[in-house]
Amino acid sequence: MNDQPVPQSARSEPAELAAASDQTPAVELLGIGKSFPGVVANDDISLVLRRGEVHCLLGENGAGKSTLMAILAGMQQPDSGRIRVAGEDVRISSPRAALALGIGTVYQHSTLIGALSVIENLLLGDSRALRLDVAGARQRLAEFSAILGVQVDPDTRARDLALGGQQQVEIIKALWRGSRVLILDEPTSMLTPQAVHELQSVLERLTQHGLAVVFITHKLHEAVALGDRISVLRAGRLTGAIDREQIKASTPEQLEAAIVRLMFGDALDTDEEIAELQLGVEGHRRTRQADAEVALSLEHAHARGDGSQPGIEDVSLTLHLGEVLGIAGVDGNGQRALAEVISGQRRLTHGEIRFLGAPVGSLSIAAREKLGLRYVTDDRLGEGIVGAMPVSLNLVLKRIGQAPYWRHGRIRRDAIDRDARALVERFDIRTPGIHARAATLSGGNIQKVLLARELSFDAKVVAFHKPTYGLDVRTTRTVRRMIGELRNGRAALVISTDLDELLEVSDRIAVLSRGRIVGEVENGPGAAEQVGRLMISDVSLGAAPLPEPLAGRV
Amino acid sequence: MTESLSLAAEAAGVLDAQPDRPGGGSPRSRRVNALRDAMMRSLVPVLLALVAGGVLLLVLGDNPFAFYGNIWQYGISQGSWEDSAMRAAPLLLIAVGLIVVFRANIWNLGYDGQFLLGAALITGVAPHLERLPNALSLVILFAVAMAAGGAWTIIPALLKARYQTNEIITTLMMSFIGIGVANILVKGPFQDPTVNIPQTRVIPFDHMLPPIPGTRIHAGVLVALGVALLAHYVLTRTSFGLRLHVLGANPRAAAHMGVDVRGLIVRAFLISGALVGAAAAADILGVWGYVRANWNPAYGDTVIPFVFLARLNPLAVIPFIIFFAVLSTGGDLAAAQANLSTDFLLVLVALILLFMTVIEFLGRRRDLGGSYLTPGLRAALRQPLVRRRAGAASSNEASR
Repeated sequence: MNDQPVPQSARSEPAELAAASDQTPAVELLGIGKSFPGVVANDDISLVLRRGEVHCLLGENGAGKSTLMAILAGMQQPDSGRIRVAGEDVRISSPRAALALGIGTVYQHSTLIGALSVIENLLLGDSRALRLDVAGARQRLAEFSAILGVQVDPDTRARDLALGGQQQVEIIKALWRGSRVLILDEPTSMLTPQAVHELQSVLERLTQHGLAVVFITHKLHEAVALGDRISVLRAGRLTGAIDREQIKASTPEQLEAAIVRLMFGDALDTDEEIAELQLGVEGHRRTRQADAEVALSLEHAHARGDGSQPGIEDVSLTLHLGEVLGIAGVDGNGQRALAEVISGQRRLTHGEIRFLGAPVGSLSIAAREKLGLRYVTDDRLGEGIVGAMPVSLNLVLKRIGQAPYWRHGRIRRDAIDRDARALVERFDIRTPGIHARAATLSGGNIQKVLLARELSFDAKVVAFHKPTYGLDVRTTRTVRRMIGELRNGRAALVISTDLDELLEVSDRIAVLSRGRIVGEVENGPGAAEQVGRLMISDVSLGAAPLPEPLAGRV
Repeated sequence: MTESLSLAAEAAGVLDAQPDRPGGGSPRSRRVNALRDAMMRSLVPVLLALVAGGVLLLVLGDNPFAFYGNIWQYGISQGSWEDSAMRAAPLLLIAVGLIVVFRANIWNLGYDGQFLLGAALITGVAPHLERLPNALSLVILFAVAMAAGGAWTIIPALLKARYQTNEIITTLMMSFIGIGVANILVKGPFQDPTVNIPQTRVIPFDHMLPPIPGTRIHAGVLVALGVALLAHYVLTRTSFGLRLHVLGANPRAAAHMGVDVRGLIVRAFLISGALVGAAAAADILGVWGYVRANWNPAYGDTVIPFVFLARLNPLAVIPFIIFFAVLSTGGDLAAAQANLSTDFLLVLVALILLFMTVIEFLGRRRDLGGSYLTPGLRAALRQPLVRRRAGAASSNEASR
């Protein structure tokens, strides 16, 4: 079905989107089972996706959401169970087969090619045709834009689009060959609140046109706000489903409580704990002693950016022992440069960094690490771990060549294994064993590996970059608790684009905008509004070009 | 028994994590599995290539059994194994030199230039050292060749370290230049004035590498074996080896972890070039004694498949190098007897490469232990395969 070359179908399909009110479910997953070594990812899961509905799939990291969707998208084959599309049994043997069946997927991370224009990216899907029908594609893009209610310039290069815009193009790409089912994998994790709002209206329009949408998330409030139907997965099993009527009949608070219970089940002892998970922990904030020693200070620090990412200019910050300093700002305003300047991965062009009074601006990464200045990177998979290496080695990778793990240049596996076991235990890293490849762990556990590495071995000051980005509720809570514990004689700098997180963990919040610190706010009542104003104040001056994430939308 | 098993399993798995497979069982049975998989991946392509080569011989009207029998006869029996052993020395040194950089995902393909420059310089310097004691002159000549090989990698190394210039291109370019410079040296300053053909002076026999007592085999073979053992120790047990491994597996992580990436790239290149230079020294001082213009044995090209068959393991590569040394020593004569060009041996090497690719592809689907390739290279190579397979599957789907 639906496998004709695109030019012929180009005109008909978007129109077709409007005409669908069949009662047959778009997709039925029946008794799906899938095991990986040591893990049952999906255990007898049945799911019905109906036309005109947003079906939220909710669960912690590692609950099996992604595996289930990978099966539907043709990336994985189930060990057992059946899949029916439009009432017929099918085998989805490849992503292309899934597309041919009308199942399109938008992955969490962009699959667009930055150097190509929007229209070229979309034409990539038609590469089987000898001659590219550019004019037809433009018209088709216009039709899709109208259906989605968005503006997409076909000639913008993909890399110049804001993340929200890129995602719109990804959605169009997934629908390009006439898909009737759209899978969105954690679509909001990279987006600003405004872009999330836009996505919401796009989804509404799509369901009005009779598409079935699967929305994978681990954020409760999104599921409650967006879902026509919510299914909850836990440890590979479907632990509950909430249908349309229930959603309509309950208040958001009741729904969230019900979902939390389904997500975490008996593991939670008390209602208080549930309430805590729902609302997020209120930080146990203490007023810092006025005479506390300065742990880390940046003095008129300058550093270059890379590519489209800005550097930092004239940044001065002071962090005292026993304090948590938050750095707020819209993503892409110099956060990475700031973090890397502190870790030593990026050189200062001007200024100085002092660690417990001593200048460290010219010290190497390894030297700073040894002093106790640590960095928990936001790019966990890209640079935080070596996926092909075992968990045990990943835990000591920043101490290569140092005692007690190396002696006279020779590795001491027994010492590494012993301490790795202790760290796995202490940080509650869920892994099949300390010799399992780090890449096989779930996102939350990979973050725990990073935390175990950076917070151990006499850490004194720790810089966190988006520490809970992409993590499930429970790991998020653990991470924030660990940040809070650093107040105990140590100090933390938390760079985050999540303002709620900063309000929860920080004592003070500085605002980073276009590479500069534009203000600092003592955390407390009214801090959110002040920080929010600072975040946008600099932009509205309009004198300089807008930072990239905003530029695409104006 | 357990000792040798664990050594072999180490040879198979190096520092990588144990492959996760269901029913992994005890560490011991996992080791047996790892060993079996390693054997499967390493030996099957060689055996298949020999079988396919036999079929080819049949088609050409030759008796494959006679051909392979001749290889055995001229490559192993009646003392010809000593020739094979000597042929193995430069091959093994080059193989180890390549393994050091390949592990770091750095592709030094300039081995021909590095080798010939080292060889030419030895023959040029040797006549000036004839008054020195033999041992001292040998050490100096090895050092000269290693310095030449190492020096020839400096430009690609610095370009890669500083500007991330693709080293495949730069090392190949430097290789062409190196071959040319070596030829100029051989025909010019190092030309033996007493002969009319373009070649260097012949190093006197008593200034070459001494034979191992009781054999004709020169001491360079022992040097090569020692280097392989040392390299294995360094790569698997030391911090330097782990840094190389991290750089190869994830260069961004290497930078994040505080590894001096630029310095490491340069050092890895220098070691690689020096080992290729040492191969030249072992070959010239052990076997040839002179260099003739336009001589290029291209050892590196024949070694590369075996480097990957051994999965970048300096110990595991030894048997493969021995195998190829026997094949080429015996094969020269066997091919002559069968009225074949000696290039038939290259056909066999190419067949090994072909079957490696097939096994690699099947192994992906059947989970046959670790791959020959480093993760970066694997990802690059896999992409077109995945797409093609996906395409084939969907056209099946459509035709139903």
